[in-house]
Amino acid sequence: MVLKQIELERKERERARKGLERKNRFETLSGIGVKQFYKPEDIKNLSYEKDLGDPGHYPFTRGIYETMYRGKLWTIRMFSGFGSPIETNSRWKDLIAHGETGLSCAFDYPTLLGYDSDDPLARGEVGRCGVSVSCIKDMEDLWSGIPIGKVTVNYTINTPAIYVLACHFALAEAQGYSLTDVSGTTQNDMLKEFIGQKSYRFPPEPHINIVIDIIKFCVKNAPRWHPISVSGYHIREAGATPIQELAWTIMNGITYIEKCIEARLNIDDVASTFSFFFACGDNFFEEIAKFRAARRMWAKIMRERFNVVKPRAWILRFHTQTAGHTLTYQYPELNIVRVAIQALAAILGGTQSLHTNSFDEAICVPTEKAAKIATLTQRIIAHETGVADVIDPLGGSYYIEWLTNEMEERAWSEIERIERMGGVVECIKNGYFLIEIAKSANEYRRKIEKKEIEKVGVNILQPAELKYDFKPLKVPLELEDERRKLLNEFRRNRDQQKVNYILDKLRKTAEKNDHLFPVVFEAVKAKATLGEVMYVFEEVYGKYREPAIF
Amino acid sequence: MEKKVRVLIAKPGLNGHDRGAKVVARGLAEEGMEVIYAGLWNTPEQIVETAIQEDVDVIGLSILSGAHDVLVPEVLRILKERGINNVIVVVGGTIPLEDIKFLKDHGVKEVFLPGTPIADIAKFIKQIIHKAE
Repeated sequence: MVLKQIELERKERERARKGLERKNRFETLSGIGVKQFYKPEDIKNLSYEKDLGDPGHYPFTRGIYETMYRGKLWTIRMFSGFGSPIETNSRWKDLIAHGETGLSCAFDYPTLLGYDSDDPLARGEVGRCGVSVSCIKDMEDLWSGIPIGKVTVNYTINTPAIYVLACHFALAEAQGYSLTDVSGTTQNDMLKEFIGQKSYRFPPEPHINIVIDIIKFCVKNAPRWHPISVSGYHIREAGATPIQELAWTIMNGITYIEKCIEARLNIDDVASTFSFFFACGDNFFEEIAKFRAARRMWAKIMRERFNVVKPRAWILRFHTQTAGHTLTYQYPELNIVRVAIQALAAILGGTQSLHTNSFDEAICVPTEKAAKIATLTQRIIAHETGVADVIDPLGGSYYIEWLTNEMEERAWSEIERIERMGGVVECIKNGYFLIEIAKSANEYRRKIEKKEIEKVGVNILQPAELKYDFKPLKVPLELEDERRKLLNEFRRNRDQQKVNYILDKLRKTAEKNDHLFPVVFEAVKAKATLGEVMYVFEEVYGKYREPAIF
Repeated sequence: MEKKVRVLIAKPGLNGHDRGAKVVARGLAEEGMEVIYAGLWNTPEQIVETAIQEDVDVIGLSILSGAHDVLVPEVLRILKERGINNVIVVVGGTIPLEDIKFLKDHGVKEVFLPGTPIADIAKFIKQIIHKAE
């Protein structure tokens, strides 16, 4: 091992002496070839006013607010949840005590797909990689001792978003808050479920209808709520390149806006509540360029394509999570360094909120210590480095501006390609996204195996043996019994006739394609469970399975 | 001509992280194996049923949700119940080191952790099948 390393060093030195470089080609993770250095001629057409603008001004390339982090730091929003609602509640309180400023809820797989924790399909997965929530009582436990109207929360929930949000609103009302004051986010982005995250249950059309139904309710009744977070994160994690992540997310955003127009919603109002969610991976400058390009593209789309008037509706506000797929099982502690560098890129890219991954996540759900280190990593960047003191400090760099242009240009051509193929829903059905993601994921694997992409511990400088010195967090199976008891108890203590009546009403509403949210709201208050509501939808809409493409 | 090794790649349970499963499926196909990808959300019963119908030599289970301690033994139990003893089961995903012995005790032939090159997986499968023949 040592000899091999010394030999590599020697070869590199020899090549450099001859004027040769380490690699024949240097490229970003999207495969964009990069030169030795960049100079004025690479950005000779760049206009400050037209292409950049000051922070807080169209096209918002440099940031969406005039003061950015000088006014208020980004929100430290840690994606967190495991086990029972009571266990997650205690982790949330601990994170708040360690400097977290906004909550973000991770649900387990049964919840994400809309099954109660005592459903036979939930076997083995209850509370395992997120918190298990099946009814309003669970939501009460989740929020116990935390003022629901004062902390903002992001719910990473999609298929059953309508149910979870109805619970949240019911809880807020019960605590005396008016819906007009309640703020937070539901991810509620079903298009990317079919592309990346794969927690869909029905065919695309009914899912999209529910997304719009939620937006409609929120715009009218809870204007401070962000009903949708258009997410590239899962697309990226499924294997897409940064450019595909950028293009497809923006394209999904366009699709939702078009659906809202079809539903006769006021686009100025709707677009002001939209938010986005991106991953931040290993290639530092490419990620920063991606964020800057995303802001500029969305502003142009809203202003020029949809003729939106309110400047608030032009801005792309986004959450970032450091990219999970970049974490390694080998030398897990080194992930602390990867995460810190990715977090720095997200901040230099102007994110509004940030989740930093825990170093142990290639092995298990975050242990308490790992989650604290991840949270405090953001504090070091915020308070010790000075990077939050000047807005868009990389703006004007020949390389960053060139790369921002390049990302944007390539993303536009990908968007045009999808539109030529008939749009996002058509591309979901014909397998285009699955084919492209499979290609990109396979290409990444191939480059790692050929060492064209280097990962410390994985394909270079590998450890002699795999080991770690922490005890992985494991959610015990007994939780399933506890949950079964709790749900039995919950179902015993309700007016079953009322539940039946409301579920029947919900079925009819779904069949008639009427406004669903108010009925789900009633169902939640009548103590119908998540699974019961979702099975009603399944009966009406049917199940969807994707083509087996790999 | 040598008979192609038939592999079923499946994701048991509700977990939607299918990147690893698909990359391995494609990689093994590139290594000359006949690969059947069962798609998402398979119950252990469905996986065994598909394995029988497709007459596979290998079942590769990919789990990233922490449910391996329930779903993997269940697949092995049903295989045994149905009298299938010529199909080997391998597992991939985010599996803590502590759980590897548990899975092997239940009959899993190998657990491939993140970062394993496809060639290593292919080599392992070919060797073990060659030995069995």
